[in-house]
Amino acid sequence: MKSYDIVIVGGGPAGLAAAVAAKKAGNDSILILERDHELGGILNQCIHNGFGLHTFKEELTGPEYASRFIDQVKELQIDYKLNTMVMDIAADKTVTAMNREDGMFQIPAKAVILAMGCRERPRGALNIPGYRPAGIYSAGTAQRLVNIEGFMPGKEIVILGSGDIGLIMARRMTFEGAKVQCVAELMPYSGGLKRNIVQCLDDYGIPLLLSHTVVDIKGKERVEGVTIAEVDERSKPVPGTEKFYSCDTLMLSTGLIPENELSRSAGVDMNPVTNGPFVNESFETSIEGVFACGNVLHVHDLVDYVSEEAAKAGEHAAAYVKAGREAASAEEIRVKATGGARYTVPTTVSLDRLGDLLTVRFRVGAVYKDAFVSVYLDGERVTHQKKRIIAPGEMEQVILKKEQLTAHTGLKEITVTVETE
Amino acid sequence: MYDIIIIGAGVTGAAVARELSRYDARICVLEREEDVCCGTSKANSAIVHAGFDAAEGSLMARFNVRGNELMEDLAKDLDIPFRRNGSLVVCIHKEELDGLQELYDRGVKNGVPDLRILSKEELLEMEPNLSDNAEGALYAPTGGIICPFKLNIALAENAFVNGVEFRFNTRAEHLSRDEEGLWHIRTNNGEYVTRYVVNAAGLYADFFHNMVSEKKIHITPRRGDYCILDKETGDLVDKTIFPQPSKMGKGILVAPTIHGNLFVGPTAIDIDDKEGTATTAEGIAQLIEKGGMYVKDLPIRKVITSFAGLRAHEDGHEFILGEVEDAPHFIDCAGIESPGLTSCPAIGEYIGGMLRDKMNLTEKKDWKGTRKDVISTEGLSLEERNKLIRENPAFGTIICRCESVTEGEILDAIHRPLGARSLDGVKRRTRAGMGRCQAGFCSPRVMEILQRELNLPMEEITKTGGKSNMVFYRTKEEGGHTA
Repeated sequence: MKSYDIVIVGGGPAGLAAAVAAKKAGNDSILILERDHELGGILNQCIHNGFGLHTFKEELTGPEYASRFIDQVKELQIDYKLNTMVMDIAADKTVTAMNREDGMFQIPAKAVILAMGCRERPRGALNIPGYRPAGIYSAGTAQRLVNIEGFMPGKEIVILGSGDIGLIMARRMTFEGAKVQCVAELMPYSGGLKRNIVQCLDDYGIPLLLSHTVVDIKGKERVEGVTIAEVDERSKPVPGTEKFYSCDTLMLSTGLIPENELSRSAGVDMNPVTNGPFVNESFETSIEGVFACGNVLHVHDLVDYVSEEAAKAGEHAAAYVKAGREAASAEEIRVKATGGARYTVPTTVSLDRLGDLLTVRFRVGAVYKDAFVSVYLDGERVTHQKKRIIAPGEMEQVILKKEQLTAHTGLKEITVTVETE
Repeated sequence: MYDIIIIGAGVTGAAVARELSRYDARICVLEREEDVCCGTSKANSAIVHAGFDAAEGSLMARFNVRGNELMEDLAKDLDIPFRRNGSLVVCIHKEELDGLQELYDRGVKNGVPDLRILSKEELLEMEPNLSDNAEGALYAPTGGIICPFKLNIALAENAFVNGVEFRFNTRAEHLSRDEEGLWHIRTNNGEYVTRYVVNAAGLYADFFHNMVSEKKIHITPRRGDYCILDKETGDLVDKTIFPQPSKMGKGILVAPTIHGNLFVGPTAIDIDDKEGTATTAEGIAQLIEKGGMYVKDLPIRKVITSFAGLRAHEDGHEFILGEVEDAPHFIDCAGIESPGLTSCPAIGEYIGGMLRDKMNLTEKKDWKGTRKDVISTEGLSLEERNKLIRENPAFGTIICRCESVTEGEILDAIHRPLGARSLDGVKRRTRAGMGRCQAGFCSPRVMEILQRELNLPMEEITKTGGKSNMVFYRTKEEGGHTA
């Protein structure tokens, strides 16, 4: 097996953008390992539009967005292997992978970029009682069946969870002639983007039932219906509010979980809030030379952010291979989320390695109206930005200039918080 | 015309079928579902019990201890995973410590070897994650864990290879005996005639028994809910942790599975519906509460799935084994609840021996009691993998990423004797779909493999037979494939 400087685990939007950026930064020895039979990852089944408004200033479908990067990968002659599963990443960055043609093989990489994406939370993890018939699909699985395989997984649908894939699938199934009864959401707010609620539910008259959940599944062989009940503020079903919905399919869009099994076994330190690795400003994990980007790092709403973060990871991986890790001259600055902000990416910053700007991305834990996103540098408030609405379903960001940080002598901690005044 | 018909391809029916396959006889197993292992056998604790719990002198005690003895060699012969991890009955109330001695004494009388009572210190040294409330335990090193699917499937497959016929999707509906003493079994797929009937119908064993006998029996479905936790929690405990038993059974256990998950369960709720395998919110809540009493910080948020199984609880809480007095040539295997899984090799041995003697059966010369399981690539070295992939490249393609199941394993599961025909069939033979994503990623791919290998339209691929179809029709009309 040929050896490579940079091995990228995953050929979805994150892996592709990282590869292109690493190549443009001067590294000629890059290999992308992709488990599916084509590059592009989950974008291939996202045939709706709305991708690329930030990156390309135009509205693309998922496959179109992916193809822009795939074309670059091919033009830049970056190597990739399809139908190839990475089985293990060792702490010394030896990547073990497998496919039909090469068998199982090992590549001792100088840098590894984790770009494995995420998976959907299954029914079992939700403890929904009832039978276990056919017809219970996670929204992404249903999306693959409809958009890639070309089969209808159901005709009469109830969707639990208002994540973006669920909202998109409500519209898709309607287009394909199915009847979508409703979308039930456990929380008092949606987990998806506002624009998706408007364009995928409201436009088709599909009701969104906030603070509702499925409390029973009927049907022994195939789903015959579900019972939905209202929940109280502790998310417990309220007796007497149960309502039966006849349906042949229950679709779940109840959260995405970064797929970090490989990262964990490599020994990468994980953030329990995001279920993704802790990274510094260079998207480098706790293991030197191992970088992470895309949904394996934290779950995104917009692929544009994925591409942007992944490109930085790719650049830094190339720099790392070239020069080794630049020792930070000063102590690393901690980035902390408090008061409504649940986490930040990154969690540490070294001013030596930082470019001109520091983008800190985060999510909130509840809906805030007319609140402020504030940034403190060691207790001194430097940002106080009013926002009409801040919701858990939409990733937020603050951008700080490097000068701001260097001007603050001896800076130890950057705090991101949401304030009501 | 058959010599013996066995009703039910659960673990009892399959164990009896395998024992009888030693002899020259025409034997058929009738199964209403599309596969073996579709009822109680697929949804239980998967424990090979030591045998201290069953009442002294009972059939349950006798067959449990004998089944436990036989299981190790059987698992080797059938190439299925089995581990004597040991069982602990943990006492969390000082005033109930006497109960452990009582169990110990009963176990000794039942013939359970190597029982020991552990002090709190010994116990916590053995299982440091047990609750601080643990006061002591009965330790039974012969207790074990097994894969119930593989046991059932392997028994049936071995019986099949040795000449036993299997009829799936065939539901026995009515039994009658003609003037020559032959049994006529009416099914949804025609009538079967046989000299002997073995009633291994699980929850429905009372239905068939009562059809032929005036001495009625009554089986109550006793539901047990279970939660399965992610493999990252699988080493929380090493032994099977039992509470002290009550009249409703052995209580809610916390234990590792043979494949490295952790499970909590079962509840014990008597219901009326023999098909009532739906879990309930109350049941799951009870698991979380009770399981948490015995181990520290039960990581219940790591649940990947929950399910319910039904125990075939006969009113007398005892196995009913043997020829029915007023129904000649009708052999009951009824009331097979826990320790039924453990006992199945012994029940097979007993019923097999009984019919051999009654029917003067002679042994086949070419009987083969061993088989190889679906090749598992788990834990293979790089060289071993590559050897396998060179021989068959399908072993280089991972289909189920959570459980690392290759296409080669799935093809084997489909094409072997009594092979898989549904997603659940593949799952029980290979574990594809049993992992933390619960088939989210692999189900479209397994569906594609099934339809290709079985040459069926996608619309006919089911989760578990019957009307459990996965998709309804193609999108658009023509050329549904967009990629």
